[in-house]
Amino acid sequence: MAKYLLRRLAQIIPTLFFVSVLIFGLQQLLPGDPAIALAGEERDPETIRYLREKFHLDEPLPVRYWHWASGVLKGDLGDSVRIQKPVSELILEKLPVTIQLAAMAMLIALAIGIAAGIVSAVKKDTWLDYVANVFALWGLSTPNFWLGILLILLFAVQLGWLPASGYVSPFEDLKANLSAMLMPAFVLGNAIAAVLMRHTRSAMLQVLSSDYVRTARAKGLDERVVVLKHALRNALIPIITLGALEFGTLLSGAVLTEQVFSIPGFGKLIVDAVFNRDYLVVQGVVLFTATVYITLNLLADLAYFLVNPRMRT
Amino acid sequence: MRCLALFFSVVAFSVNAQTLRIGLAEDPDILDPSMARTFVGRIVFAGLCDKLFDLDEKLGIVPQLATGYEWSKDNKSLVIKLRSGVTFHDGEKMDAAAVKYNLERHKNMKGSNRRGELAVVSSVDVVDAATVRINLAAPFAPLLAVLTDRSGMMVSPKAAEAAGDKLGAKPVCSGPFRFVERVAQDRIVLERFPAYWNKGQIHFERIVYQPIVDATVRLANLRSGQLDFIERLAPSDVPQLRGDSRFKIAKIVEIGYQGITINVGKSDIAQKNPLGKDARVREAFELSLDRDAIVKVAMDGEAQAGNQWVAPSNRYYGKSAPIPKRNVERAKQLLKEAGVPNPSFTLMTPTTSDAQRIAQVVQAMAKDAGFDVRIQATEFATSLNLADKGQFEAYVLAWSGRADPDGNLHTMLACKGPTNYAGYCKEDVEKLIDESRTSLDPARRAAAYDKIAAQVAKDRPIVYLYHRNWLWAHNAKLTGLRTVPDGMVRVQGLKMN
Repeated sequence: MAKYLLRRLAQIIPTLFFVSVLIFGLQQLLPGDPAIALAGEERDPETIRYLREKFHLDEPLPVRYWHWASGVLKGDLGDSVRIQKPVSELILEKLPVTIQLAAMAMLIALAIGIAAGIVSAVKKDTWLDYVANVFALWGLSTPNFWLGILLILLFAVQLGWLPASGYVSPFEDLKANLSAMLMPAFVLGNAIAAVLMRHTRSAMLQVLSSDYVRTARAKGLDERVVVLKHALRNALIPIITLGALEFGTLLSGAVLTEQVFSIPGFGKLIVDAVFNRDYLVVQGVVLFTATVYITLNLLADLAYFLVNPRMRT
Repeated sequence: MRCLALFFSVVAFSVNAQTLRIGLAEDPDILDPSMARTFVGRIVFAGLCDKLFDLDEKLGIVPQLATGYEWSKDNKSLVIKLRSGVTFHDGEKMDAAAVKYNLERHKNMKGSNRRGELAVVSSVDVVDAATVRINLAAPFAPLLAVLTDRSGMMVSPKAAEAAGDKLGAKPVCSGPFRFVERVAQDRIVLERFPAYWNKGQIHFERIVYQPIVDATVRLANLRSGQLDFIERLAPSDVPQLRGDSRFKIAKIVEIGYQGITINVGKSDIAQKNPLGKDARVREAFELSLDRDAIVKVAMDGEAQAGNQWVAPSNRYYGKSAPIPKRNVERAKQLLKEAGVPNPSFTLMTPTTSDAQRIAQVVQAMAKDAGFDVRIQATEFATSLNLADKGQFEAYVLAWSGRADPDGNLHTMLACKGPTNYAGYCKEDVEKLIDESRTSLDPARRAAAYDKIAAQVAKDRPIVYLYHRNWLWAHNAKLTGLRTVPDGMVRVQGLKMN
């Protein structure tokens, strides 16, 4: 276990190096001169010159990469040009917001997706299966921004039950926080729930037709025990991998949901940074997201060990 | 029990009533008047930082931190009398020394965006504690108007010295509200400054500015009672809100413009396509357009058609160049004379919905005259870069506007204007622009603008289309809103009844 963990950790270092080069390289491919974008409407030549000098924009690419990477190694991701805040501070400010949103979305997705997947597999080819499949299709094909705006119009404007948008820290007011996050979490979790439902269904169908399940049934075990204890446990293995990957997607993919619901999280941070060519923010956030992604993959691999004893041998 | 419930609801209402919640269309940039760049940032500054002068509803210049001014005989220095007893939010005095410090900071600070506006200022003298003299290298008529914007905003010298270029993270000004906190992309919170010189006009304890980019969501927040005021209401939302007595809509024609900039000399591309090369083709293009129809389709009627850098209602509008009527036959004839009956060009447009709508309407209208307009939707920062390099033929571009017409003209059409994307440079126009800047006599300035308008209308480096209405929507109980064409939300006098 320790050897495996060490080997996986050693793989992370070159991966992160290549990721950082890729992020930096892709950022350079973004069209448009950051200095012009940042110089505002006036675009004073003196200001443009100053911005070029400040951000080393006139220096060769490897030198610029070194300026950035050496800062990153020291834990300094640079400052946002647009709002004069350290990028690391911005990440720490936005991260809990997006993590909460993603976690709530994932909880909603798991609750709906796994339950619907099990029901759909157990009641295959019945009306319950069809309803679950229609739900999955709806979840996959509904655009987030459309669903978001519809929910805002219904629950905030018409019924007045939930706030239309915005964010309140849970430490300030937990009730207000939950009511502000409910709609966006549902919108974000909706599509994932559909994916999870489809995967749970196919994994369950496969497991339910396997020999050991047949044996369990032959032994006269209660169907509920067969499904939830024997079949689901094995079927969950690919769902865990998928869940981990989807969680990473949620973190970086909350962009539209955060835009629609004006939630000051990661997605909104990166969109605004890209459009304003606040490139240190873009690089910092993307590098951080990539690191989270890589770590989640590692954790998913480790979770196999815990869930499936056969893999430890 | 019922009395208790009533008591709590009254308390809850009064607490709410003390906070004004304003929905912004974007997240502001740096809150340092020297470094700030965005229009939306100026809306927050209106609550935070007083200026030497302000604008009234008719674009007249009125004193704010100043009490009066006087030009020298040669118009090369401006003496400003300052309001006494004004303090910054940190308790420091707002006096002549502070004004000198601020003007020099605007002018000399690295990364300052005010440098261009104050380029003509050669030095600043403290005459006495309440009097300051601004010396100019040459007479400069737009100076007072410049001082109604960020160049006229004063920050505490002590705070600025301590914070350096990080002042924007915690600005210290002398406006009606002082800075409390900013959560990027979420909110900016200001609280009432008890020592404000004009505190009788302030009726809220707090202001919370919330950036909500999507206009539909911004409106939903107003309708659900989470916001009291939203700026930049979408024109398409006006009819549905008009029928709701809980809300009011306020509007005024902006000081900026929407137009199509044509590359007439920025790069070689200008000579490679008939639109940039031949003024007759540009005339034909303009004659193919129906501005009123463009306003109806692209802006749901919420704009004023225009053909100059200022709206027809502005006193500096050049009357000798009125808006030409659509004339497709004449346009066809001009194209025939130019030897290009079916010219084609690429119209670069930012990806905003109104710019795209404009491009589509223009494409359809110009087609009637024989033009083949290819639309090239380009992300805004990229489009600016292409414009700066001259890699475009025509470009849909808006300008948020400045109080003095010079701010809408010099930077785009003077030979060395930093945003002269058209690459337009004419000696006689250049001389007239100089004349309009150096003369303080409004009649002489108006005459110069009239001549410039006539020439620019012939050359068409920019085909101006319209001037948007600033559209605000607010709780009907909110009173005291002043509709000033610069689009700022002035908090003095605002009251929740």
